Order: sequence, then C-alpha cells, then structure tokens
Amino acid sequence: MTIDLKTVKHISKLSRISIEEEKAKRLTNDLNSIFKFIEKLNELDTSKTEPLTSVAETTLKLRKDKILSKNIREDILKNSPEKNKDFFVVPKVVE
Amino acid sequence: MSEINNLKLCDLVDKIKNKKLSSKEITEAFIDRSKKSSKLNSYITENFDNALNRSKEFDEKPDFNKKIPGIPLAVKDLFCTKNLRTTAGSKILENFIPTYESTVTQNIIDHGGIIIGKLNCDEFAMGSSNETSNYGNVQNPISENLVPGGSSGGSSAALAAKLTPATIGTDTGGSIRQPASFTGTVGLKPTYGSCSRYGIVAFASSLDQAGPMTHDVKDCALLLEVMSSFDTKDSTSVEFTRGNYLNDLNENIKGKKIGIPKEYRVDGMPKEIEDLWEKGIKIIKDNGGDVIEISLPNTNFALPAYYIVAPAEASSNLARYDGVKYGFRSKGENLIDMYEKTRSEGFGDEVKRRIMIGTYVLSSGYYDAYYLKAQKVRRLIKNDFDEAYKKVDAILTPSTPSSAFKIGEKLNDPVSMYLNDIFTVPINLAGLPAISIPAGHDNNGFPLGLQIIGKAFDEQNILNIAYSIEKNIGYKNHINDWWIK
Repeated sequence: MTIDLKTVKHISKLSRISIEEEKAKRLTNDLNSIFKFIEKLNELDTSKTEPLTSVAETTLKLRKDKILSKNIREDILKNSPEKNKDFFVVPKVVE
Repeated sequence: MSEINNLKLCDLVDKIKNKKLSSKEITEAFIDRSKKSSKLNSYITENFDNALNRSKEFDEKPDFNKKIPGIPLAVKDLFCTKNLRTTAGSKILENFIPTYESTVTQNIIDHGGIIIGKLNCDEFAMGSSNETSNYGNVQNPISENLVPGGSSGGSSAALAAKLTPATIGTDTGGSIRQPASFTGTVGLKPTYGSCSRYGIVAFASSLDQAGPMTHDVKDCALLLEVMSSFDTKDSTSVEFTRGNYLNDLNENIKGKKIGIPKEYRVDGMPKEIEDLWEKGIKIIKDNGGDVIEISLPNTNFALPAYYIVAPAEASSNLARYDGVKYGFRSKGENLIDMYEKTRSEGFGDEVKRRIMIGTYVLSSGYYDAYYLKAQKVRRLIKNDFDEAYKKVDAILTPSTPSSAFKIGEKLNDPVSMYLNDIFTVPINLAGLPAISIPAGHDNNGFPLGLQIIGKAFDEQNILNIAYSIEKNIGYKNHINDWWIK
C-alpha cells in the first residue's frame, strides 16, 4: 500500500505537528520508502503467534499506596515555559 | 596529552586508592583535554567548575571503599541530572534543568563518580550517526568528518578521544554497540531490566537500556557493577542478584558453546568483516571453545518489526512534549495551534518522521496490520534465540555491517541509515545482553567490532568471552589527535 499526501496531513494532525506543504511532500516519499521496507513482515504467517508486548514477562509489582514525594510543587513548575503562581498557563481554551 | 588521560578506568581507580593520584589531578586532566577538544563537539553541556569542586571535596574527605572513588565521568545527555541541563539532543529540551537525578547517574555518584558533563547524542536517541542532534555533528576521533556512530555518538567520541575515562550510553536498537564499534571501544547493552530506566529520557520503553562504554572489558565489568541495580522507581526493573562482574572476570572459555548464526552472513557484507568474524571464531576454537553453526531464521524480519515497535512507543512517549509543563514553547493562536507549532519547531526531522510512523501504525484501522503484527514477529525473534540457547551458551556475530561512514553520506536515505542496526536490533527485541568489542580495522584503518550475545541476565558469561577474545586479538586504536593540532 502507499501513503498519499492526504494521509500524511492527517497523521500530522493526529501527531499535533504542523507541517509545511513542501516538507509534507518529502515526508510522503520518506514514509513510503520506510513502509515498503516494513511490508516485508507480510511474508510471515503469524496467525498462530501470540504478540510479545514486553520481554519482562512478569506482572507489575504493586507498591504501598504511600506518598513518596512531598512538597514538590516548585520542582514541578520550575521548568514550565509559562506559569502564574501555582498554575501552568495555556492559551485560552474556553470562550 | 597528559599520561593520566591514557589510563583506563580500573588503572585510575588503583592509582587513586594507592594515593598515587588525587581526584583533582585526574579531573583536571580530563577537563583540560576536553577543553582542547571542542572541535569534536562531543559535549552539549559542560559541568567543569562544579566537577572540580567535587573532586576537591573528595580529596579532603576521600572514601576509598567506593567502586569508582573520585573518578570523573562524562555521560550521555539522555540521563536526567539534577540541576544540570539535560537536552536529549533536542531543541524542545534546550532549557530543561531536571529537578531530580536518574537512578543510573545517582548510582555513579553514590559509588564515588563525578559528572563532568553531558555528551552529545542523536535527538531523543533516534539516529545511528549523531547527525540528528540539535547541537551539531560529532566528529569521530578516528578520522576527520567521520561519524562516531549513534545514538551515543558524543559518548563514543569522548571516550575514544580520552576526554573521559569511561562513559555511559543508552541502547534501544544498537545505540551503544554501534558507536562503540565505530570508535574502537567496548560497549555493553545489559539485559532489559538490569539498569533502571528511571530518569532516562524515554524513547521506546520496552527496548531502552542503559549500559557502560569503556576502553576495555575489565572497565566494562566495573562500570556495569556501578550502574546495575534493582529500582522500584522503574516498573520493569528486575530483582535478581547482580554479579561481581569485575571480580569474577575469567578468560577461560574452555568447553563454552558459541553459536554462529548463518543468517548474519548478509549479502554485500565487506570481506574485512567476514575475515574478522573468522578471526573471532578461530580465537574461540584455539582457546577450547566449541563453535556451533546455528540458525536464527527470523533475523531478516527484526529491522522491519523494530521500525514499527520503536516509533509506536516513541510517538506515545513524546506526546508529553506539549509546551506546557516543561521545554520549549512556541506562540499559538489557540491551544491546538500552540501544540502544533511547539512540536513542529521543537522536534527535528528524524524525530518527526518517527512520531508520524508511530502515530500511523497505532491509528484506527492500522493497529492490527502493523503494531500487532510487529509484536507477533517480536515473539518469533525471541523464540529463535530461545531455541538457539538450548544448544549454545552465547552467540558471536559482527557488531555492524560496515565501518564508520562519512558525515552526510547517509543522511538523505532513512532506510540505508536504519540498516546500520541490522545486527544489533534483534537483541533489543529479545531483551538480551550483548557486548561489542573492537576486533580489527578495515582497509581505511577504521575500527570494526565483534558482538557477543548472551542469555538473559548472563552478562558475566559474555564479559568472560569478550575478555578472552580481547586478550588474543591484540586490537589497538590508532588516534593521532588530529583535532588538537
């Protein structure tokens, strides 16, 4: 299968990455060559194979429901590009 | 170059314990040489003044019981370091100063190490040549305009150039072993779950592992001991008894069964690499090892499966970069516009490409055809290794299908760039440990490596086999300091 420009623009929307027309065209070519390479997997019959999600095939350990980091509000806000008192600031969302 | 720079990690530890050298002397020597080596562009952020103070503090109150007492180390800029900028090679993190320390760098500090700086790497560790970094190309000290490999390219270059006595990298598809191979150094990717992922900027969480990069196998064993620990902050960290890798290092490989996978004899592999592989096989035989031909039938499917699994996980991991909580933000007319512009300006082309691949293979209607399919193939690849390990103790292959290439040579052809990792990617998919050791040179005098792959948690075994090959193969790095003259 091939990926067309429209699909690339759709994925860019889903990825929340804006892309200029010129770049989108180049990306369409790149993605097609990569997917052509990936299509090789279709040669394999995997109808009877279980997927492998992680090599660490153990159930995740549970820890005690205890607060481990306290008073880290400042730490969390420290690298924010825009903040106001104890809040992250984003462009207006609700009209 | 000061004599100190020529010493290996274990030698430096001895000298400091025997009070022949102080931490300050050692730290100064590596900082001085790093300052003279800016042309390599191996550092993104220097921590020189701070490190010098640390070394003086160490000398005032030395603790010689530590594993790496007062030893300076530069680390890949993918590890979060408290109060020290961490960029992951990306513009989107250009001002990010972590408020916490990654477990692996904390282990280094706890064992007496001193962080002297953060080393260049491909953006978010996505690349095989360090050319995707927002902070510029890194020069391979072996020869001018040669890539140092990637993604831990700043690490391999700084190590080979002796700007740091040892270093650490991360390996998602070969990012420790391929740059080690390209620079004539040793690099080990531990078993998945050995070294904590806490505080490492995430790329593909089911594949990422941190590991040591050193001048020789002994140093590698020591640094692995320092790095490896069980950590409750990483949900996939595995609780097992870590070995005394250095103390138990043993070159005796008599009776060891070493597999040679026939599928790794790929078309178009340079004769030099074929010869090198034969040389490794001969050394194993000469030292009483048993060489056995094996088959890993699904090898050819590893790379295509990897280029679904890794981008899928990356697209999910990198969703956090939204210009709100940390990192670069671009102005936008509304929230969505801000997201889109921030991510468009903050990420480089390769990272965008992989986020897009990942988003596509996870999107509605394609999940089964791509992502699920790749996970099934991943199972087949792991099964191949499980089968092989019924017959052998370890596997010997070349580390890479070629030696280092020129800067810019493969930049416009993503698939040819991806093929660099053909021998290393299957190991990440199966979660196994593997080490690359320098073993010879090609016609240009560029280094070539051999890879030894082990069973899960059998790091000691591959270190021992590597140690034996290293002792017999007589490899020497030829570096003439061209960037200083």
